[in-house]
Amino acid sequence: MRVAPYLAATGVAAVSMTLLAACGDGDGGKTRAGAIAVTATDKSCSVAKTDLTAGKVTFEITNKGSEVNEFEVLRPDGSILAERENIGPGTKTDFVTKLNPGSYTLLCSAGQTGKGPTTTVTVTGKAAGAGDPRLATAAAEYKTYVLAQVNDSYTRTEAFVAAVKAGDVAKAKELYAPSRIGWESVESVAEKFGDLDPRMDAREADLKPEERKNWSGWHLLEKALWKDGSVKGKEKYADQLLKDLGEVRTRLNTLTLDPVNDMAAGAKSLMDEVATGKVTGEEEAFSHTDLVDFKGNVDGAKKVYDLLRPIVRERDAALAADLDGGFKDVYDLLAKHEKNGSYVSYDTVGEADRKALSDAVNALGEPLSKLAKVVAG
Amino acid sequence: MTGEIENGTESNTEGDTGTERRRERMSRRSMLGLSGTGLIAGAAAGVGLDRTAFAKEGRPVSTEAVSFYGGHQAGIATPVQDRLHFAAFDVMTGDRAKLVRLLKEWTEAAAAMTAGRPVGDGAVGGLSVAPPDDTGEALGLPASRLTLTIGFGPGLFEKDGKDRFGLRAKRPAPLVDLPHFPGDNLDPARSGGDIAVQACADDPQVAVHAIRNLARIGFGTVAIRWSQLGFGKTSSTTPDAQTPRNLFGFKDGTENIAGTDADLLGKHVWAGRGDGAPWMAGGSYLVARRIRMHIEIWDRTPLGEQEDIIGRDKGEGAPAGAAREHDPVVLERLKRDSHVRLAHPGSNGGARILRRGYSFTDGTDGLGRLEAGLFFLAYQRDPRTGFVRIQQSLASDAMNEYIQHVGSGIFACPPGVRKGGYWGETLFA
Repeated sequence: MRVAPYLAATGVAAVSMTLLAACGDGDGGKTRAGAIAVTATDKSCSVAKTDLTAGKVTFEITNKGSEVNEFEVLRPDGSILAERENIGPGTKTDFVTKLNPGSYTLLCSAGQTGKGPTTTVTVTGKAAGAGDPRLATAAAEYKTYVLAQVNDSYTRTEAFVAAVKAGDVAKAKELYAPSRIGWESVESVAEKFGDLDPRMDAREADLKPEERKNWSGWHLLEKALWKDGSVKGKEKYADQLLKDLGEVRTRLNTLTLDPVNDMAAGAKSLMDEVATGKVTGEEEAFSHTDLVDFKGNVDGAKKVYDLLRPIVRERDAALAADLDGGFKDVYDLLAKHEKNGSYVSYDTVGEADRKALSDAVNALGEPLSKLAKVVAG
Repeated sequence: MTGEIENGTESNTEGDTGTERRRERMSRRSMLGLSGTGLIAGAAAGVGLDRTAFAKEGRPVSTEAVSFYGGHQAGIATPVQDRLHFAAFDVMTGDRAKLVRLLKEWTEAAAAMTAGRPVGDGAVGGLSVAPPDDTGEALGLPASRLTLTIGFGPGLFEKDGKDRFGLRAKRPAPLVDLPHFPGDNLDPARSGGDIAVQACADDPQVAVHAIRNLARIGFGTVAIRWSQLGFGKTSSTTPDAQTPRNLFGFKDGTENIAGTDADLLGKHVWAGRGDGAPWMAGGSYLVARRIRMHIEIWDRTPLGEQEDIIGRDKGEGAPAGAAREHDPVVLERLKRDSHVRLAHPGSNGGARILRRGYSFTDGTDGLGRLEAGLFFLAYQRDPRTGFVRIQQSLASDAMNEYIQHVGSGIFACPPGVRKGGYWGETLFA
């Protein structure tokens, strides 16, 4: 889980930061041929060269400050085009990205707050594929989808919360998994809210001992429903969950979603969620409704792919064919476990079926990891 | 022939790698080491030091690369490396073109990795938003004599009665379904597989890296069914060298086929054009067995009994009644149920196989017993007259009380790849 740098990097903030740009102490040190040296300190962000050529650009970032730094490439509207986090003090790292002609703001953020000194660079030359206007359209449509999914989750969670507060265990059990589908389908975006995500969706097993006393969210209620058979005294957690989900919805409105980082890389991370948490049955340790979450994650990845598919087909037809086949195989396997409009309890799914699901997830996750490169052009 | 090569190169591509030649090369290298580096280039051009070089002690220099290309696949007659990662895959697709595409991608990756190069565009320097082509854990490591050897299991030719890839008619007669042998306790989850890849290297990281990258490239077309790591070679193929010990502490497989003995290789290891499957000419058949050893029980067995069971003394490895490891075995001097006697060519109508197995230890089992044993790998021209014949003879082996066969696979390993070709080209042509 990570804090969304997007929150701090809104358009207005970025413009003012540009004015504060602390450019050019010029000390790039020894830099590999072709790489652009960036030297970050706690208070400065110097870039060896500000006239860049469009295409693949390698930044060699050296953190000479005392805090962990973060390097961001911002578009003129202040949204993040690309970023590299966790650059430790005294370390040097390569960051490779593709840039189209235009003006960009490079931001070094000591302490990784999303704020910090900037330098403006101008990129000239021939546009790479990332300039395709269809990508911006896809990103806008994806945002509409994300909002709709969170809305759906909110509405269903409202009903779930009502059942919990009424002490109706049977009804709450029935409403639990459906309340999570919307959230699971956009989990890669929702996870950007580093303060809210752990409150809403943390698993008890993942917490440090000192964190357990502050545990809350869906999985706390899951444990109460399935393990204790009672949600007495859990009303405040139910209220908190709905409140947090409402805040996710509000904050999402201010986000600009990016076709490479949020969509393509996000789709991959949704499949990673399936591979690490759902296929193993760890996500829903008490309710065993893992397959419902599984489907939510896959649906979210599929939505991204559907929006990007025309471009992927054009740029890499073989990858598109692999992805078409990969999604079909996963859905076909999932269908085997459907029952009465939902899915069977995961503890009834045998080893051989789990292996088949895992193989299918790997078969889809691997080509999906290539999507970002294709979309970045 | 009691040859055990610890050196040498693939005999197929360097026709004249006889013992004399190897000794000459060894001494040259030793001399060069003393007389300076200026001569190395000339000497290398003359004797092909770029293939496999030898340090003063005659041991292979493990940084070297073994050529991927040749008439036979590397990893069979090649001097046995120190480490193994073996993987058996199920083919998940029914699409022949997709399978061939994978074999071509694998070949390209295998040629790169065995040469010590990363896969595709490498592990670093690419776009930050995209995963690198190579997984990167072998960056900075030398080729480490990595060899990658592919084999095709019966399931590739026919599975559940289906001729998935139009290969049914090409299934070679020697690629039999192995019969049940007395004492077998085979785990289906550690047996079979449509395709096997054997990765051998002198560095375990290099071997694991190779299988990991092939598995990754294969996602969607193949899935790993089972795999095995091996850490200590249990046989070698070099004359004059001591045979490595297995986990029972004994030298076994002393009478192995030398990787340089063209006559024996031609007779017992390489499939011939007239053997019924022309596409296999120059290839070989691999039998893999995961043999669990009941280590704790063995360790409580008196020394005399251990030596009787094996048929050799524990210290020197000499056959019963003899003094030195490589002294000839006189079968009559060994107990009737001793392992060496029953496995010996003299007890099996002259049947011989090329062994290149490894010890394995996968920690301990749920009962606290060492989960260990021998991952047996044997190459032969025909398993019916090779492994099957010998294994049936071993039904009365006194050692059976201390071992159990728990995994099994049989694979047809096609001939080597020519430059521009791909693994299995003769089969899919």
